[in-house]
Amino acid sequence: MASTMLNVVGLTKRFGGLIVSEDIHLEIAAGETHAVIGPNGAGKTTLINQIQGELRADSGRIIFRGQDISRASAPHRARLGIARTYQVTSIFPEFSVITNVALARQVAAGHSFRFFRAAESDRSLTEPALETIARVGLADRASALARDLSHGERRQLELAMALAGGPRLILLDEPMAGMGGQDSARMKRLLAEIKKFCTILLVEHDMDAVFALADRVTVLVGGRNVATGSPDQIRADQGVRDAYLGHASEP
Amino acid sequence: MPKDLPAFIPGIDRRFAGIALPVIVMAALALLPWLAVRLDDPFLVRLFTRIVIFAIAAVALNFVLGFGGLASLFHASFMGIGGYVVGVLAHHDANETPLMLGPLAISGTSDLLITIPLAMVCCVLLAFITGLVCLRTSGIYFIMITLAFNQMIFYYFVALERYGGEDGLQILSPLHFGPFAAPKGAAFYYVCWGALCASLLLLRQIISSRFGIVLRAISQNERRAIALGVPALRYKIAAFAISAAVTSIAGALLATNQKFVSPADLSWIRSADLVIIVVLGGISLVWGPVIGAIAFFLAELLLSSWTIHWQLPFGILVILVGIFLKEGIISSGSPAAAWTRRRTRHG
Repeated sequence: MASTMLNVVGLTKRFGGLIVSEDIHLEIAAGETHAVIGPNGAGKTTLINQIQGELRADSGRIIFRGQDISRASAPHRARLGIARTYQVTSIFPEFSVITNVALARQVAAGHSFRFFRAAESDRSLTEPALETIARVGLADRASALARDLSHGERRQLELAMALAGGPRLILLDEPMAGMGGQDSARMKRLLAEIKKFCTILLVEHDMDAVFALADRVTVLVGGRNVATGSPDQIRADQGVRDAYLGHASEP
Repeated sequence: MPKDLPAFIPGIDRRFAGIALPVIVMAALALLPWLAVRLDDPFLVRLFTRIVIFAIAAVALNFVLGFGGLASLFHASFMGIGGYVVGVLAHHDANETPLMLGPLAISGTSDLLITIPLAMVCCVLLAFITGLVCLRTSGIYFIMITLAFNQMIFYYFVALERYGGEDGLQILSPLHFGPFAAPKGAAFYYVCWGALCASLLLLRQIISSRFGIVLRAISQNERRAIALGVPALRYKIAAFAISAAVTSIAGALLATNQKFVSPADLSWIRSADLVIIVVLGGISLVWGPVIGAIAFFLAELLLSSWTIHWQLPFGILVILVGIFLKEGIISSGSPAAAWTRRRTRHG
């Protein structure tokens, strides 16, 4: 039996009177790619925010590799090996691509209370950063400023930043959002690569990508987990079709 | 490893703007006493001593403002406390009475080699304590809280009758650096110039270090930095403390220079002046505020010789810089930058 990477138990979160996560249970095995789908407002991003630590759950527990991290700070969780990307890409616009990625590497390597040696020419950071950049296909843009990148390139950069620290679990929040056909095909290939060595929680609206990449799928509707199963099970589930897929696949 | 990392400021050659220009500016400042002798104008040394001292404080402020995104209005306090530590201990030295801090009796001293490090320690502690509160906020809230802290410190010293209260405190005992009397005139100017050079080199090094990269990252996108695993508050507190320490040196030198400290040295207007100096000079380079300090005091001098309402045209000048140069005199959009671009392209 594969060991459990992430176990979410009875997670509940309210914003005032609005329940955005209601008693969510989710188990992700090590090595698994687990997709979370659902209509807008289903609480997918809120779920990612709670796992990553940007939001605290009101109740429930988050267990990462056997350790209860429900009360751990976001930076602490990141250092345990949880990386993420954002629905709206979040990068350091004034840094070059390589500095963005080298920084991610630097942070994962330990504290940064080092005041004297220049970091941008530190080969122990830049060399692995360049490797990661090449892996996401941005090698020829390594010295460009992040703010000068195209939308698709920013997505690639953010993925490189998430990968640079050598995470155990990556939370991907709609990595294909707003991408054209070519970019999104490339991203799909990239995720298929990453899936081989990393556990992934994938939130995505692109159903082709979800069913191609995911080992299991969870469907969230109105903050509740309405179904979890293999892609085939989910495709066949009448409740899911009514709640979500039916609308998405209408011609 | 790509050879040409992107320019520090797009448009300006990194080496030219980051190394050659500041060396030229600092060399020009080093020649100033010679110029003053040639022009037979000792006032010039007095003016530029003040400029260089304020440049130290502004460079220190810019460390958190330009690179940490923290527009602090608390820096007059760090300057003022730096001055008061020197002044108060010199006062006790002159009176030959110990300074009583609860059960602790500290004998006064006029030795700047003791009082300046002590001033730095005091300001680091203050920055640490206040930073725990104000650095949890950002933007306008940070500005308001640092302003409030500054006012608290200001009124504390106004009410401090033992040390002159509102009238301030004269430094009567002769200040000295260890066995050497504190120099005057051009020699003291060089002490300040050296302190400015040291501050620039130190802060420049820190900004390009791992710590500096993290600080700049936090100011660009704190949320992202946290998601990567950066406990942002710790880094901001450390940066605030470093800035406070350097600023306190400027305050101590100012007190030494004018042999006087008063609450006016820590009024919020002083804080705002420092912000204006930083913004005038340019926040994107470590040494930008040096240009800001020169511009600020020369503009004050020229405009005040022209009209007693000099603040009016001065304000307009600041607004114009804000509108047309955006990032200050030393920035990618300024004529100075355009000039250096032309130079570096052909050269």
